[in-house]
Amino acid sequence: MELILSLGIGVLTGSGVWLLLRPRTFQVIVGLSLLSYAVNLFIFSTGGLRTGAAPILEGGRAGTLAMHADPVPQALVLTAIVIGFATTALFLVVLLAARGLTGTDHVDGKESGR
Amino acid sequence: MPDALPLLIAIALPFAGAVAAGLLPTHARNAAAWLAGGVALLGLAMVWAAYPTVSAGGVLRFTAGWMPSLGLDFSLRMDGFAWLFAGLVFGVGVLVVVYARYYMAAEDPVPRFFAFLLAFMGSMTGVVLSGNLIQLAFFWELTSLFSFLLIGYWHHTAAARDGARMALTVTATGGLCLFAGVLILGHIVGSYELDAVLAAGDLIRAHPLYLPALVLILLGALTKSAQFPFHFWLPHAMAAPTPVSAYLHSATLVKAGIFLMARLWPVLAGTEAWFWIVGSAGLATLLLGAYVAIFQHDLKGLLAYSTISHLGLITLLLGLNSELAMVAAIFHVINHATFKASLFMAAGIIDHETGTRDIRRLSGLNRFMPFTARLALIAAGAMAGVPLLNGFLSKEMFFAEALSAKDPLPVFFDVLPVAAMVASAFSVAYSLRFIHGTFFGPDPVDLPHKPHEPPAWMRFPVEVLVLACIVIGILPAATVGPYLDMAARAALGAATPEYSLAVWHGFNLPLVMSMAAFAAGLILYRLLQSHLAKGIEGPPLIRSLEGRRMFERTMVFLSWRLARTAEGVLGTRRLQPQLRLVVVAAVLAAGWTVWTRGVGPGNLVPSGIDPVLALIWLLGAACALGAAWQAKFHRLAALILLGGTGLVVCVTFVWFSAPDLALTQLLVEVVTTILLLLGLRWLPKRMDIPGSRGSEAVTLTRRLRDLGIATAAGAGMAGLAFGVMTRFPPELLARHFLELAYSEGGGTNVVNVILVDFRGFDTMGEIAVLGVVAMTAYALLRRFRPASDSVDVPEQQRDQSAFDASRPDRKDGDTVADWLFIPSLIARLLFPVILLVALFLLLRGHDLPGGGFAAGLTVAIAMILQYMFGGTQWVEARLRVLPMRWMGIGLLLAAGTGLGAWMFDRPFLTSYFAYSQIPVLGKVPVASALLFDIGVFALVVGATILILIALARQSLRGHRAAAPRPPEVPAVPEPAATAVGQTAVGDD
Repeated sequence: MELILSLGIGVLTGSGVWLLLRPRTFQVIVGLSLLSYAVNLFIFSTGGLRTGAAPILEGGRAGTLAMHADPVPQALVLTAIVIGFATTALFLVVLLAARGLTGTDHVDGKESGR
Repeated sequence: MPDALPLLIAIALPFAGAVAAGLLPTHARNAAAWLAGGVALLGLAMVWAAYPTVSAGGVLRFTAGWMPSLGLDFSLRMDGFAWLFAGLVFGVGVLVVVYARYYMAAEDPVPRFFAFLLAFMGSMTGVVLSGNLIQLAFFWELTSLFSFLLIGYWHHTAAARDGARMALTVTATGGLCLFAGVLILGHIVGSYELDAVLAAGDLIRAHPLYLPALVLILLGALTKSAQFPFHFWLPHAMAAPTPVSAYLHSATLVKAGIFLMARLWPVLAGTEAWFWIVGSAGLATLLLGAYVAIFQHDLKGLLAYSTISHLGLITLLLGLNSELAMVAAIFHVINHATFKASLFMAAGIIDHETGTRDIRRLSGLNRFMPFTARLALIAAGAMAGVPLLNGFLSKEMFFAEALSAKDPLPVFFDVLPVAAMVASAFSVAYSLRFIHGTFFGPDPVDLPHKPHEPPAWMRFPVEVLVLACIVIGILPAATVGPYLDMAARAALGAATPEYSLAVWHGFNLPLVMSMAAFAAGLILYRLLQSHLAKGIEGPPLIRSLEGRRMFERTMVFLSWRLARTAEGVLGTRRLQPQLRLVVVAAVLAAGWTVWTRGVGPGNLVPSGIDPVLALIWLLGAACALGAAWQAKFHRLAALILLGGTGLVVCVTFVWFSAPDLALTQLLVEVVTTILLLLGLRWLPKRMDIPGSRGSEAVTLTRRLRDLGIATAAGAGMAGLAFGVMTRFPPELLARHFLELAYSEGGGTNVVNVILVDFRGFDTMGEIAVLGVVAMTAYALLRRFRPASDSVDVPEQQRDQSAFDASRPDRKDGDTVADWLFIPSLIARLLFPVILLVALFLLLRGHDLPGGGFAAGLTVAIAMILQYMFGGTQWVEARLRVLPMRWMGIGLLLAAGTGLGAWMFDRPFLTSYFAYSQIPVLGKVPVASALLFDIGVFALVVGATILILIALARQSLRGHRAAAPRPPEVPAVPEPAATAVGQTAVGDD
């Protein structure tokens, strides 16, 4: 399981970084989304991979790590997902504004003259 | 510590006074003058109060913790030497305030002037009273800063601005050097306390770091005291109001450098390096300043160069490595302060009453202002070193030192007496020029004002100072003797030599030299008459040696050419290289750590591979790669593939026991996809035209390089993730939260309890960020101008309209109106159902997966569904959403819940919970955290809807823009478009 997930994280990171280095704004926004998936999964995985051990307590008893997954990375990732949405939205709006102002969707606001 | 009280008052009072003066009305010049004068007088009284202790050889101290963790104290220390300087600062300060009251015009914002002056006074006091070298460097920079403000007081003139900037650049740069030098000194000694440093002279001089420390400290001192080659800033500082010049250039600012050199003289002097640096700088400055001063036509310019020359004299004395010379230097500091301050004031009076300071235009003022003329005559006599005036005494001492200086450097010392005489002759010449050119000769013609005597009180400070010149000159031992002795003993300690403060030392060589210098000066002035009468600017022979021009060239080079070259070579404005750099740096940093530290195998055996999950991730990886591949030419496809990856991530969360994450991820995925879909409309069409991207080889190389970087980053992350996952996770906080979630947070969903209770403050910050982002997005979109090639109605709608137009039984727009009719009906029916689901998620969030974030996103999705199927206009005719109000209520609710805890004397955001029995629903947990979660919910609803709707509404604007209008008038926002934005979402 660990192998699958780490390979998955690797593929997401690679695809994200590749897109991050592309010249078109839409490529960059997709790349950032992929990268944030990878990072969220990575943070999540630092708590260890557990199946069938959701951190939901039963009957008002104090929980233990033997029965439940680590809730801290989950709480971190939950906020990260929402903030990730906010940054994507902000980036999209900036992207559109830049596109409207400059007439191009190149990340530098002008077609490269190489 | 009653002893220390005067010190504390002396240093705090000027700053307090500065603030008070700054708060006075702009034209309250009398109030400001009274305030400043009172502060200076009180400061003088405090210095005087310290006299009994200090004169007995005692040292006043005050220490308070400043940065104890660094071993730094705020420490004040006053011995006899510091006492003398503090006395000068406050004593001359009082006189300058009186003078300035009459000098400054009523139109000037005088309180500001006095505020700066007092602040400067405080900084200067700080320099002389600091018992700690770092603190000294701090006050040192403050003096640079406030002298900048004072010199630039008349900031409407370019000369004042340039002079102030130059003074700040030179002295503050020197101050930075001083700071570095002080740090080295502290490193050598092991303490920054002045007492410790002064006791460690031998250690410092023998240390290998002595030379760097010496050079850096001297850079600070020599720039401040306007020593060659840094002297050029001082004449330009004459653009300041004359009281400022009288203060800064006689007793204070420029003396700070002298003070520092004399203060550290016992530990730094006595070496050849000190002798060569300080001595030669002083000698060069002495001669150069005196020579240039003769040829100045501006009274203040003449005094400025004379100041430079006299500072050179003092520096030279300090550089001679002789205790007697040191005493002479301290004595000359006092003398120079008295006669130079009075001369500056006299020059100011002349300027004030005649309207000019140009010696070429002034003449014969003796008949119009006889009293001032006599005062100036005496002061200039002191400057030239006429017997029975104080300047004579220190000059005699200087000559004696020049003759007797002994060191293994005979060549230099044969030069020294000659140089001393030459400089002295020059000073006679420029003093003569000052007096003769201004007060004698025919009546002046064509002056801006008719000259007359100044107000009595304006002359008063000059009278006091001139009186001091005479009294010290005639009765040195009885007047200044004890103070000089005290200062010298404090500075030199046991090494203080025997010296004699008498007017008459017999007929000796220094006296002969003095006489010869007088004669030479007189003859020189006669010979130069014809040259000076021509009124040529600048001194002969060395006219091209202009410090100002070199300074400006240096500044242009540093701040413009060098910066531009560096930017051209090192910088880029293109995003891709920057991002590439960031990614490569991250990969290298991580790789380097692994390389040096090494990674052993994990201590956890990886669990077996589940084929289902493997298959799911095969799909996820394919989606990610596909998205990367297609994002350029097929955006919609890439977006769909991105969603596919998101779903795989979502499934992974479910798989590995994170239901909350899965829920949130799913909802965010929906919202993000809609968001990006809305954005696609405004992006340009892109066709794949082979060969349109320039050289194939270059493109291929670039792509291969990026592919390499991406592969390295991906492989690195995979390795890192695997390494982390095959180790036992640290427990850290997990156990704590799991145990306390129910007993203290009152919820069984631990993740939610952490978010709304344990780490509620973080969550509050996070929703605030969300709100800010939403408003930023909204604000940016209000001014959105679509690119010209995407303002047309989309192709589908054009087809539909064409269809309508071609059929006589259909009206234009019929097809568009019926578009997605069935889905829109379903969406309408689903609307209340989704809202109920949201409510369910919200209420159960504390115990089961759900919560404010998820519920808020659900409501936003319900809303956006209506927009998608019903159309913007249809929805807004029926449903009025006020996202700003939602956000406001959300934030208030969250913050209010937190603040509510204060009413029960609990810390911010402490939560309260209980279970209550509600009919029909049963037992429901009522926790204050629920209220907080409702706040989160409301904010998420508002923020998400604000962004989505603002984006969705752009299509309406697109239609309007498509309507016929003049081609390009983008600058003025047309009212219709703005109104659209406002009625849509912004009117609350």
